[in-house]
Amino acid sequence: MALISEGKFIPDIWHHAAPEAAIADHTILPLERIAEATGAFGVLLPNDAEIAAIKPFLGTVSVIAINFPAFTDGRGFSLARLVRRAGFTGELRAFGNVLPDQYAAILACGFDTVEISPERAARQPEANWTAALGGRDHAYQRGYHTKVSILNRRRAAK
Amino acid sequence: MNIAVTPPVDKPGSNQRPAMYYYDHFDRDFVQERVAEFRNQVERRLSGALSEDEFRPHRLMNGLYLQLHAYMLRVAVPYGTVSSDQMRQLALIADKWDKGYGHFTTRQNIQFNWPQLKDVPDILQALADVEMHAIQTSGNCIRNVTADHFAGAAADELEDPRPTAELIRQWSTNHPEYTYLPRKFKLALTGSTADRAAVMLHDIGLRIVKNPEGDIGYTVIVGGGLGRTPMVGKLVKDFLPRADLLAYLAAILSVYNRYGRRDNKYKARIKILVHETGLEAFKAEVEAEYAAMDRSGTNADPAELARIAAYFASPVFETVDAGDLEVHKAAHPDFARFVDTNVAPHKANGYAIVTASIKPYGGVPGDVTSAQMRLLAAVADQYSCREMRISHEQNVIFPHVKQSDLFALWQMLKTDDLATANAGLITDIIACPGMDYCALATARSIPIAQEISKLFANEERQKLIGKLGIKISGCINACGHHHIAAIGILGLEKSGKESYQITLGGDPTFSASIGERLGPGLDAEEVPHVIDSLVNIYLQQRQGDELFIDTYRRVGQAPFKPALEREVEDGSDI
Amino acid sequence: MAKFKHPQILTCSDLITGDVMFMQEGDWNRDHRRAKVAHTEEEAAALLARGLADFAKNRVIDVYLVDIAISADGHPEPIHYREKIRTLGPTMRLDLGKQAEATFAGDI
Repeated sequence: MALISEGKFIPDIWHHAAPEAAIADHTILPLERIAEATGAFGVLLPNDAEIAAIKPFLGTVSVIAINFPAFTDGRGFSLARLVRRAGFTGELRAFGNVLPDQYAAILACGFDTVEISPERAARQPEANWTAALGGRDHAYQRGYHTKVSILNRRRAAK
Repeated sequence: MNIAVTPPVDKPGSNQRPAMYYYDHFDRDFVQERVAEFRNQVERRLSGALSEDEFRPHRLMNGLYLQLHAYMLRVAVPYGTVSSDQMRQLALIADKWDKGYGHFTTRQNIQFNWPQLKDVPDILQALADVEMHAIQTSGNCIRNVTADHFAGAAADELEDPRPTAELIRQWSTNHPEYTYLPRKFKLALTGSTADRAAVMLHDIGLRIVKNPEGDIGYTVIVGGGLGRTPMVGKLVKDFLPRADLLAYLAAILSVYNRYGRRDNKYKARIKILVHETGLEAFKAEVEAEYAAMDRSGTNADPAELARIAAYFASPVFETVDAGDLEVHKAAHPDFARFVDTNVAPHKANGYAIVTASIKPYGGVPGDVTSAQMRLLAAVADQYSCREMRISHEQNVIFPHVKQSDLFALWQMLKTDDLATANAGLITDIIACPGMDYCALATARSIPIAQEISKLFANEERQKLIGKLGIKISGCINACGHHHIAAIGILGLEKSGKESYQITLGGDPTFSASIGERLGPGLDAEEVPHVIDSLVNIYLQQRQGDELFIDTYRRVGQAPFKPALEREVEDGSDI
Repeated sequence: MAKFKHPQILTCSDLITGDVMFMQEGDWNRDHRRAKVAHTEEEAAALLARGLADFAKNRVIDVYLVDIAISADGHPEPIHYREKIRTLGPTMRLDLGKQAEATFAGDI
């Protein structure tokens, strides 16, 4: 898997739990195995998870990865916003099928990093993500992590 | 930093700028970024960095479809408002990159039927040059917002809905959270007591209303829609204070994005979510999200709506009388007919709203040549404050015309077949492109419309029949809005042939209803005769000047059934 | 895949232009009458495989087989009205589409 942060491919100190294998430090676990967590741990959420399901470990989990089963399935964007609203301050990852074209939206909804498959990383290499980071500055919405909120800028200009 | 929000200075020689929104430098930068982004996406598609599956949603979100013969580009005309300069640019695009014409759609947009993928970035640039774009005219995102095409001019209006529509347009553009929804999402607005925007039949419909305290706000309708499962929208909020609009819309979208069905695209619209969840439970979800969210951090500053509204300030209307209007009417019966049908009351004394018909007898509903676009622009320059509207009936509206100019305007429109006196009449047929262009269609729509139009071309007979809407869709997706027509026609395929179902009793207004199927499908050549019989039955059954929908609601479907079996004698004496 | 009932030809849209194309002996051609006809299910599968290879190479999109009948003068014509319209152009605008081009006019 390839991990992208601030438009660059970076080394990943985290790994995903292998089925049946014992859990080590720095493992991202599926939600149903959260009881096995040990040391620093992360969780991989399906995009239809309810916030109530993660409340119990919100204070101790280091990484929350939200699965994108298809890049056209936008539930992960809403879930990310809700996870942040619930108070999570650790690393929030968009995991799976996302495109560089969605990078601005991913960051705006509160994600820090993107984790994609090696196949996707080969076809959509670092340069695409770096370009996406520099490509779009302006957004009309407030309350998202966008570089330029047009509404806020207009307000400030008054 | 330059934050100029003052509208541009009048051009030399023009008496007034159009009363519509102008981009500030943020808007300009934004659209420019979007053009560059699409150019880059096309390059990456051609290189293979984007597969077709990955590219398709992105080209759709820029209005680019693959149709039966070619690509098709759908250009947004936000809430149908277009300036004469913009119309001339559309004509230029039609000539330079297409085949010299365009098609006005039932969502107040314009489509070009023959662009090449390699040219689309340049077309988008040409649009950006006149403050237009094709953003979100397709795809599973919030689509172009539609509004009453008489907005800002109608005599029956409480408030011009376009400032709100523009606020929503901006807020919904490239929304980071609501751009990969379960399915497309359409909003419509009206600020009038009469509904010309079909707000009951959109994913969200908004009515501008005044509460007993005299404050302006919105009545919010959710879960209306046509398509495979037509439904009338449900009331979710009687009075939403104006300042809370964006937060409330966000709450609805949040619930839809999380819980709307994604397992079956035919059940993915919000109407199905509302239906399956139940209205009360759905409302509770929305209210819970609304209560939990940072409303003040989501809503626009009230000053922002005021900033936008300033652009839509009414033109300064002169004190004028109707001049020789009555004299011209008396001298020209065809002009008198045009005034009867295509001219509507204006809020200012001495002014009128004019509909240029894009429905010539036997023509293609909504198709305009580049020459016609230039003529429309010239008419707007001369007689309508340089502004036009595209109506969802696929006509072009001149919102602010002096009554004393009507005769000259009519003569000008007539020079290129834009003055057919049939607005709202039986030949003002709404039709989707159907299988002549559309890859999704199951049957043709346009040739059916043409045949019916020719059959009813007699203007005395049309006048006798009065207001009667015929709407034709070439497939179950219902772009031709057949469900909400007095007489609806749906083209399907049956055993390798085109087959047409008739529905009766649809109503697009506040008293919305979905048309009911009359009987088995018809062959194409049978359709005009059956429509003729249905009209004859209506003329026999109606009391006084009753509309078709009222007759239908009073007598039911039974008296209309014989239309399918035999030709009914013409009850009129024409 | 639907059962093989009729001879078939292979169609697509050109990625860059959007134009309707048909697989000929060697390559894609705009004229369906010169399209290679598959008379068996195996031949149809082979045609489709060639088309999908061009899809994978980002040359064409929307690749699919079309049922045809052989016309009196010996060339393939689609059976379904949708595909017929696709070879011609809009039925109420004979001045547009392939039907309007000299090379296509005449014997259709």
